Amino acid sequence: MELLRFTTAGSVDDGKSTLIGRLLYDSKSIFEDQLEAVEQASRNRGNEEVNLALLTDGLRAEREQGITIDVAYRYFATPKRKFIIADTPGHVQYTRNMVTGASTADLAIILIDVRNGVVEQTVRHSFIAKLLGIPHITVCVNKMDLIEFSEDKFSEIVQNYREMSAKIGNKAQLHFIPISAKYGDNVVSASDRAPWYKGETLMELLENISIEHKQGEGSQPMRLPVQYVIRPISDKFPDYRAYAGRLAGGVLKVGEAVRVLPSGLESRVKAIMQAEKTLDVAHTPESVSVLLEDDIDISRGDMLVGVEDTQPVVNQQSKMMCCWFNEQPMQLRKRYIVRGAVSETIGMVQNIDYRVDIHTLESIENETSLKMNDIAKISVRTANPLVYDCYEDNRTTGSFIFIDPDSFETVGAGMITRNND
Amino acid sequence: MYKLTHLKELESESIYVLREVAAQFERPAILFSGGKDSIVVTYLAYKAFYPAKIPFPLLHIDTGHNFQETLDYRDALVRKLDARLVVGSVQESIDKGRVKEEKGYNASRNRLQTTTLLDTIEEYKFDACIGGARRDEEKARAKERFFSHRDEFGQWNPKNQRPELWNIFNGKKNMGEHFRVFPISNWTEMDVWQYIYQENIEMPSLYFTHERACFERDGQWLAAEPCMMLKPDEQVVVRKVRCRTIGDISCTGLTISEAHNLEDIIDEIAATRVTERGGRADDKRSETSMEDRKKEGYF
Repeated sequence: MELLRFTTAGSVDDGKSTLIGRLLYDSKSIFEDQLEAVEQASRNRGNEEVNLALLTDGLRAEREQGITIDVAYRYFATPKRKFIIADTPGHVQYTRNMVTGASTADLAIILIDVRNGVVEQTVRHSFIAKLLGIPHITVCVNKMDLIEFSEDKFSEIVQNYREMSAKIGNKAQLHFIPISAKYGDNVVSASDRAPWYKGETLMELLENISIEHKQGEGSQPMRLPVQYVIRPISDKFPDYRAYAGRLAGGVLKVGEAVRVLPSGLESRVKAIMQAEKTLDVAHTPESVSVLLEDDIDISRGDMLVGVEDTQPVVNQQSKMMCCWFNEQPMQLRKRYIVRGAVSETIGMVQNIDYRVDIHTLESIENETSLKMNDIAKISVRTANPLVYDCYEDNRTTGSFIFIDPDSFETVGAGMITRNND
Repeated sequence: MYKLTHLKELESESIYVLREVAAQFERPAILFSGGKDSIVVTYLAYKAFYPAKIPFPLLHIDTGHNFQETLDYRDALVRKLDARLVVGSVQESIDKGRVKEEKGYNASRNRLQTTTLLDTIEEYKFDACIGGARRDEEKARAKERFFSHRDEFGQWNPKNQRPELWNIFNGKKNMGEHFRVFPISNWTEMDVWQYIYQENIEMPSLYFTHERACFERDGQWLAAEPCMMLKPDEQVVVRKVRCRTIGDISCTGLTISEAHNLEDIIDEIAATRVTERGGRADDKRSETSMEDRKKEGYF
């Protein structure tokens, strides 16, 4: 069985909670005691119908205010796949939560109310999905029951969405499904009210969509960030030294020539281990430990790459798309801790090249600081060189977070842009 | 062609998290309850650092109301892994006057554990406690981070959690603060059992069907052990039961079951219509009781 992670963004009005509720309910992932608890809670609030939003809104403040304020993770499985939903709020002030939920997603569900078509919120969510490099976007055109499942209306929205998506430069694979979350049309079972639609239901699509992008197959360069050095220092393993990490790209093979970055030292893979088990080949995103032929200096934060592969950039200078998370605005030239998957250094933002207006997607220049939820292209300089790939090529080696050195809070996230464009 | 399974992906993620803990903290510990989730976490830690020993001790908060099988299993595991065991005793906290025992039929030491846990964390200066909590267990846990920050009072602030993106974990903290880390956040109950089956992990006998003296209270079967006070109308009967979760005796609901091996358990869970915490008396106290206990510093 495979694992698919997807994200949903939107407010209650879009029918997002109803849609999630239906996926969970129709896949029999809601248990009797959970349903009972939700029924009870709905009654306590004087709701007449069972409010499925109460399934996802878990925190006291959220229940009291009737809103989603954080990312909630939901789990369900069908005989074919296991699913993790990162359910995020949809309003502008929760952009940072959407960014967080999108960061690990294989697929994004974008909900469109068929009566409203492509609106500002649709553009915003699509932009975030593009920014975070989500490989698949599934547009669910919802509330089709309210317009008698009109094919023309659906086609018009598909057309509008494709144009908008091309305009923001999204390279994700697009999928479109006419649904009614409330009545279940094309969610789990096919609708007989839209005979003109020959495609998959949402559940079929989630079950069948390709997730090859996760496995680093094909020509993706090998990347292994070194997380930890295993040294037992015991009588049985006196000189044992293994480099532990989770493969961030490509395939690692025994005998392969590898280079250590940033030092540039080279060696060959002697063995790949997973506890007692030895492997000939390891795939992304497996956690492994690696023994090398030569005794060279490697520590946490270094990256092993294939000598024959395209090399990552090693540079103190970088360009990133940044989303700011903190109430304290980002300050130019302030020292922040810049952390990648396993590496860390001090860095500063030298320049804000432009900020993206999240409503109009226009670029705004001459900004000197970023507020919470702002998205901007920035120029970063670090004390030690960063080892990185373009985020579009590798979501693990192309991403960084900013940590405030005073509060230690995570205050921002950055994604490396291509060739300083 | 290579096929990445969900168990492989989850295992890889959890091992990654455990190695981050070893790299980012000075004095981590695994919160070991003797339940399946903490057993799986301990097994993953063994895999993450092999052939070195697990670089953290196992920390067990002993309510004094544990099943003997749990304690026997714990001690055998510690011997097998050559691990270090630290025990925090709720009885000692009661004797020292740190906490007051609840009274009445539904008295439980479950809540008192929080004080013992926080005292033990302080005594041993643990800066990260690794737990087996999963997001699918309970609605407050659905919003929990892998690296969950706790202030100097051990409290969780759910409204101001650090954003957690990709697989980048921020374990930085001020003096006196600590972290709770949940490596199997993304696993479900079914994943845990499928993994135990796949890896053939030895489990405590309590998880399999056995005859036990028990009694029924509010539709829930509980073990008739000396620490449980029976109401006048409650009858002790012998039933074939197993534990779906294992905690303190006072709040561990027993399931009537004939499941005598891992395949049976997996079949049983696949067919069940009630969540595993449906049998936990501690969660039923109010709509947000888990969130309230977590804010105070509960597991």
